[in-house]
Amino acid sequence: MWGRLSREDRILLIGIPILVVLIVAGWFIWHATADLDDIEARTLAVANVATLTRQHIVIVVIATIAVMVTAVPTGVLLTRGRLSFLAGPVTFIANMGQAAPVIGVIVLLAIWLGFGTPVAVLSLWIYAFLPVLANTVAGLRGVDRTILEAARGISMSPAQVLMRVELPMALPVIMVGARTALVLLVGSAAFATFISAGGLGNLITTGINLYRFPILVSGAMLIAALALAVEWFGRLMEVVLTPKGMK
Amino acid sequence: MTKTHQDSTFQAGVDIELQGVTKRYSSKGEAAVAALNVAIPAGEMVMFVGPSGCGKTTSLKMINRLIEPTSGRILIDGEDVTDINPTKLRRKIGYVIQGGGMIPHLSVGDNVGLVPKLLNWDKKRIRERVDLLMDLVGLDPVHYRDRFPRELSGGQQQRVGVARGLAADPPIILMDEPFGAVDPITRSRLQDELMRIQSDLKKTIVCVTHDIDEAIKLGDRILVLERGARIAQYDTPESILAAPANEFVEDFIGSGSTLKQLSLRRVDELDLTQPPTAHIGDRVAEVEERVRAAGETSVIVLDSRERPREWLSLRQLRHADEVPTPTTDLQTVIDHRSTLNDALDAMLASSHGGAMVTNRGRYIGVLSYTAVTDYVRALNEQASDEAETSGPRASEATRTSPLTQESSGRSSGAGA
Repeated sequence: MWGRLSREDRILLIGIPILVVLIVAGWFIWHATADLDDIEARTLAVANVATLTRQHIVIVVIATIAVMVTAVPTGVLLTRGRLSFLAGPVTFIANMGQAAPVIGVIVLLAIWLGFGTPVAVLSLWIYAFLPVLANTVAGLRGVDRTILEAARGISMSPAQVLMRVELPMALPVIMVGARTALVLLVGSAAFATFISAGGLGNLITTGINLYRFPILVSGAMLIAALALAVEWFGRLMEVVLTPKGMK
Repeated sequence: MTKTHQDSTFQAGVDIELQGVTKRYSSKGEAAVAALNVAIPAGEMVMFVGPSGCGKTTSLKMINRLIEPTSGRILIDGEDVTDINPTKLRRKIGYVIQGGGMIPHLSVGDNVGLVPKLLNWDKKRIRERVDLLMDLVGLDPVHYRDRFPRELSGGQQQRVGVARGLAADPPIILMDEPFGAVDPITRSRLQDELMRIQSDLKKTIVCVTHDIDEAIKLGDRILVLERGARIAQYDTPESILAAPANEFVEDFIGSGSTLKQLSLRRVDELDLTQPPTAHIGDRVAEVEERVRAAGETSVIVLDSRERPREWLSLRQLRHADEVPTPTTDLQTVIDHRSTLNDALDAMLASSHGGAMVTNRGRYIGVLSYTAVTDYVRALNEQASDEAETSGPRASEATRTSPLTQESSGRSSGAGA
C-alpha cells in the first residue's frame, strides 16, 4: 500500500502527526512551566481543556456523520437519470448554505430553535453539505461510461452497478470532499461556544473577553492542532478506502 | 495452455431473431435503426459490418437491451424477450467490448468471476470456472488471477474480456468491436483464438466490426449495413466476396477480393507435404542418407516433444556429428487453423518456400508456397467461369442460403 503513494502523500502522512504531537507537547510544557494567574490557571486546567476538546470533537463528529449520510445519498440520487434535472437547483441551494457565514447561521438558528449542541450541529451540517455533495456528484460523473455500460451489459443490476462499480470508483473523489468538510467543520465548530454548545471556541472567547492572551492563544493553537489531526485522519481514510487497483 | 472441453462444460448457442426492430432517438428525424429483420442461426458467428454511424452498434445493443428498441420484437430461442427484465435477459447473453471493459478495482479473477458471483455460485465453483476460462483464453490463472487490470497489456485485457463474457456460460455472446484497440499482430492472434474457442463451444456470437477483413475471417455470415441499419447484404463471406449485392457492398469490400478469400481458407484445408524430419541429437550421417534418399536437400528439426525447431539445409549440418539444438527462434511456424492469408505472410519470411504447420504445438507437415499459389489459381479460374455462366450478380447471391431470401430487401439504388 505504501509503495503506491505519491511523495506528497507520504510526507503529509508522516509529517502531520509529528507536527500535531509537537504542538500539543509544546503546549503541555508551556502549561507546566508558565506563570499563570488565577483565572488563567482555572480556565486552562487540563480537566477543563479536555472537556472542551471532547465537546468540540463530539460536535464535529456528529456533524460529519450527518453530512456524509445525507450528502452522499443526495449526490447518488442527483446522478440517477430520472432525477438529474434536480442537480442544478440542489447544488444552488447547497452553494447558498456554504456561502452564508457560519456565525450568522448559527446565531439565527439559535434564536429560532434555541441554544445548545443540536443547533450547533445543524448549522455546521448546512455549512459542510456542499463540498461532500459536489464531490460525490463529480466523482460519480467521472466514472468511465464504458465501464458502467460493460457492467450493465454483463447483467449487473442498477443497484449492483452503483454499489460495486460506481461508488468504489468514485470513492477517492468523495473522500477528498469529506476531508475538506471535516477540516471546515473543526474550524467552524469554534463558533458553537456562542450558543452554549461548548467546544474549544470557549477558550478563544474567554481569552478575548477577559483580555487573557495565554487563554486565547491556547484555544487557537489547540483548534489548529485538532484541524491538522483531522486532516491527517481524512488522508489516512482516503488511502485505506481507495480500492486497490485504482491508483 | 489449451485444453479440450467436454460438451457438458459449455452449452451451445441458440437462435436469435430480430423482427422489425427500430430505434428512433427523436420522433421526427431519421431512425438510427429502421425496421431491421435478421435471423441469426444457433451456433454461428455473425458479423455486423458497415461504415460508422450505420447503426450496427445500436442494433447489437438492442439485443441485450442496453438500448431499448422503439418498436419491433426480439426472439431468443423462439421466446419473445422484448419485454422481460433486462438484467434477467443479460444473464443469458455474454457481452464483450473493446478494451475489455474491466472493472479497475477488481482483480482479473474477480472480473471474470463477477457474473457467476452475481448468480450466487459457491466459491469453489467460481474459482474452478475462472481458472478454466483463463486457461481457455490463454492466460495462466496462477500468474494472472490476482493481478489488477491495469497491470495487463491491451491484448491480455481483451482476453480477460472474452473470458468474462463466457463466464456464466451464456448461449449467446455479443461483441462490440472486440479487437479494435489492439495492435495488428495481437489482433490476428486473438482472432485465431476466438475461432478456436468458437469451434469448441459453438455459441451464437454476434460481433460488430468496421473491419471487413475481420468480418471475412471470423464470420460464418456477414451482415453488411448501410445508414439506418438497412441491410445491404446478409450472406456467407464466400458469397459476399464472389457476388456483392450492389455497389455499396462492392465498395465496402474494397479491392483485392481474391486475396481476401485467402482469409476464408484454413491451412488444414490444403494438402500438406511431408519433407524429411530429424530429431535433435540424431546422427548427421544417418539423417543425410535419409534426406538424400528422399531426393531433398533440407530437413526439419524437431525436439523431443515433436515441436518444430528449425528448417536446415544439409549444407548447414555438414560439420556436426549430431543434429544440434537450434539457437534461433523460428518465425515460419503456423497453426493448422491459421488462415491462408496469415500463412502466406509467414512463408514470405521463409527461405524454404513453405511454412511448418503445427497442431497444438506439434509438427504435422509443411504448407508449400506452390500449394497456396495453386489454390489462388483455382480460385481465379472458378471466378472467371462463374462470371461467364451466371451473368448478373444478384441472381448468384440468391442461391446461397435461405437466409439470403429473408434479407433480400436490400436496397437497389444504394451508393456509398
